[in-house]
Amino acid sequence: MEDPMAAIRETFFQECEEQLAELETGLIAMENGTAEAETVNAVFRAVHSMKGGAGIFALDSLVRFAHVFETALDKVRSGTLAASPAVLGVFLRAADVLADLVHAARENTSVDESRTAVMVAEFDQINNAGEAPALAMAAAAALAATGGLFAPELEDEAAPAWEISFAPQPELYAKANETAIILRELRRLGPIDVRLDTSRLPELSELDPEGAYLTWHIRLSSDCDEAAIRHVFEFVEDDCVLQITPPEPKGFVPGTVITGDNGFKFEFFPPPEAEEEEPVMEAPAPPAPVARGVQAQVIPPKNPAVEVMAAKAEAAAAVSATIRVDLDRVDRMIDLVGELVINEAMLSQRVLEAGIARASGVAMALEELEHLTREIQDSVMEIRAQPVRSVFQRMPRLVREVAAQTGKQVRLVTEGEGTEVDKTVIERIADPLTHMIRNAIDHGLESTERRLEAGKPAEGTVKLIALHRSGRIVLEVSDDGGGINRVRVRQKAIENGVVGPDAQLSDDEIDNLIFLPGFSTAAKVSDISGRGVGMDVVRQSVAALGGRISISSRPGLGSTFTLSLPLTLAVLDGMVVSARGHTLIIPLSAIVETLKPRAQDVFPLDREINLLALRGGYVPMVDVAASLGYSEQFIEPEQSVALLVEGEGGVRAVLLVDAIHGQRQVVIKSLEANYRAVPGIAAATVMGDGRVALILDVDAVVRHARSDAGSRTPEPLALTDAN
Amino acid sequence: MSTTVLTVDDSRAMRDMLRHSLAAAGFRVIQAEDGLHGLEMLEAETPDVIVTDINMPRMDGFGFIEAVRRDDTRKALPVLVLTTEVDVDKKNRARAAGATGWIVKPFDPVKLIEAIRRVSA
Repeated sequence: MEDPMAAIRETFFQECEEQLAELETGLIAMENGTAEAETVNAVFRAVHSMKGGAGIFALDSLVRFAHVFETALDKVRSGTLAASPAVLGVFLRAADVLADLVHAARENTSVDESRTAVMVAEFDQINNAGEAPALAMAAAAALAATGGLFAPELEDEAAPAWEISFAPQPELYAKANETAIILRELRRLGPIDVRLDTSRLPELSELDPEGAYLTWHIRLSSDCDEAAIRHVFEFVEDDCVLQITPPEPKGFVPGTVITGDNGFKFEFFPPPEAEEEEPVMEAPAPPAPVARGVQAQVIPPKNPAVEVMAAKAEAAAAVSATIRVDLDRVDRMIDLVGELVINEAMLSQRVLEAGIARASGVAMALEELEHLTREIQDSVMEIRAQPVRSVFQRMPRLVREVAAQTGKQVRLVTEGEGTEVDKTVIERIADPLTHMIRNAIDHGLESTERRLEAGKPAEGTVKLIALHRSGRIVLEVSDDGGGINRVRVRQKAIENGVVGPDAQLSDDEIDNLIFLPGFSTAAKVSDISGRGVGMDVVRQSVAALGGRISISSRPGLGSTFTLSLPLTLAVLDGMVVSARGHTLIIPLSAIVETLKPRAQDVFPLDREINLLALRGGYVPMVDVAASLGYSEQFIEPEQSVALLVEGEGGVRAVLLVDAIHGQRQVVIKSLEANYRAVPGIAAATVMGDGRVALILDVDAVVRHARSDAGSRTPEPLALTDAN
Repeated sequence: MSTTVLTVDDSRAMRDMLRHSLAAAGFRVIQAEDGLHGLEMLEAETPDVIVTDINMPRMDGFGFIEAVRRDDTRKALPVLVLTTEVDVDKKNRARAAGATGWIVKPFDPVKLIEAIRRVSA
């Protein structure tokens, strides 16, 4: 296994590269006067974050330099230091030094300490322009004394700091004294910084529950005298080991500041004295003043060392960070790769036609080309892929709102937020998902009373799951509610004339009725899911994405809606078929099964419409060539290949074609964009032989066929049993 | 049931580090990238302890802690601040916001784990 620390270290350096870039961009924007309010914060965070990460790996010189830098940036952020051209000049040079420190750390080398020392001195000048020169001197002294190292905590100390070491004895606790209370008392004297020393803490097995193993090291910043401190310990002084060290004289001894091992500190805040008032959200800090109106600044000369530049360029090349790219460019690339795929297929076909042996060098090289082309295609598609997180993140709020509106208690559980899918798909699944979740809470979950009666927890659970399954993304919305009320659904469907009164429907078919337009079993119209608009709209939008939706429900246990979508909208898995010499593509997602019709199963309704008996039901048959106007002659069903397809709302039809030529991934070319919309045709693609093939709009064809058939049938058709 | 710790930090390296060391100590670790993300995670999860950074984009640690405390059910949820900030004012601000403890980076995994165990006991 890879060393996890090495991987984390690598992540840290990658992040540093991003932060260095952000730092530089931000500083330049500040210099040009184009900075926004957030820029200063972003610049500060970049340095702060590098400091934090460097601490993990004990990159001391990096931590210290970043700290000095950060301190100055914080002053700009808080408005105590103006971002003058001179100050920004220092910052930009410091950014270079910081970059060098990062690169040196990455390669385990070091940076010439005089460079950091010079930089720190410059910082002192700007940091202390007009304020606390003594501290600046002290810092410089510290720097000199520690060889370019800087102690991080110096600047935060204003008042003299008392050092108090406090080690309670068991008797202290036996007398019901609370160390927290003592620390709180101490805090009244001034800000305290507490470090808990647990080094005397034994293993659990050896721990005496009434023992005392802890020592507190307290740093109290206060102008008080020692008596005041002793007063705090008045009651416990005999039951503890107490050491009080008066503050160092001002101008402290350099290099003594980092306390504790590894600089670790832990402060456990005592509980609040009284019930605190409701905290008020603070208004965002006013943006720090930015040097606006400073135009045409000459960027101060950076460190001229050539090797620095070279190192920079090298490091820049090594960055494996993220970049933002205009979507148009990505789409253009996807288009071109699509062309490449087609071109490659054409070439293969030509080679095949030319009678070149499969084992020949040409054919083998071609095969290699095919692999590469597929790989390029996949990689380009990946560029557009994004995690579904952005959509999932909107759901908790929705759940809260709907829960409040319905008075139900709901818990949302999400899984698979990191599942990636094409950007366009993400944008378009938000609405269907919103609908499904509303529906799950409003109609799926029972009221709290009902749940309790049924012996379920009062709080209902709605689960939202995303996962990849066989080249598609599957989204599941499930609830632990009462499940579909099949009796009512069936009754409603009969009332609405959706199914005949004596239709034999399986449980599955009844459940799927809820996807039909105008269908709602909610006893009362609610303003959450509305009436009748809902699942059919969901089904339509899902279908428009080349997806399918299904439901499985268990009475009393809940329902699960499963939505399966293609990962991308630019490529489609299709079945290549021919109809009277025309090559057509039928989306694989619409095809349920392929059949070879037998003469005795075909029932002519009239000259144009045939019904196919299929496992106890009847499905209208559509001659694809005739319906698209390729031919006046109708194909003999027995001579044809039949495809059972399912369109919007689960309506089915059998499409008749001459032959099936196999499956193929095709690149979708918009017909509207290149020609015009054609009824019955969804889009086009270019085949390997260079010919254009049309992609059938299954929904339109099925709808058309059923309306034809419906107008000639005395009563509504029962759904076929596909099982 | 293992203790669930929600860590909120905008640095990937820090998140990886926290995940690595806390998971090794047997905690279940869930992670957020900033305060807002943390709040979103809290909608779906009920951690036993939160460890949060202060300086983060979108919503910083102060705002996050305040928001956590506004929810009555989370008044007693321990929130530890893990930061490089040594400024006493900031520390006091975190405490006023409702933080349970304050840990200064660079963190010592052993002690962080100890602190988490203590506040989650």
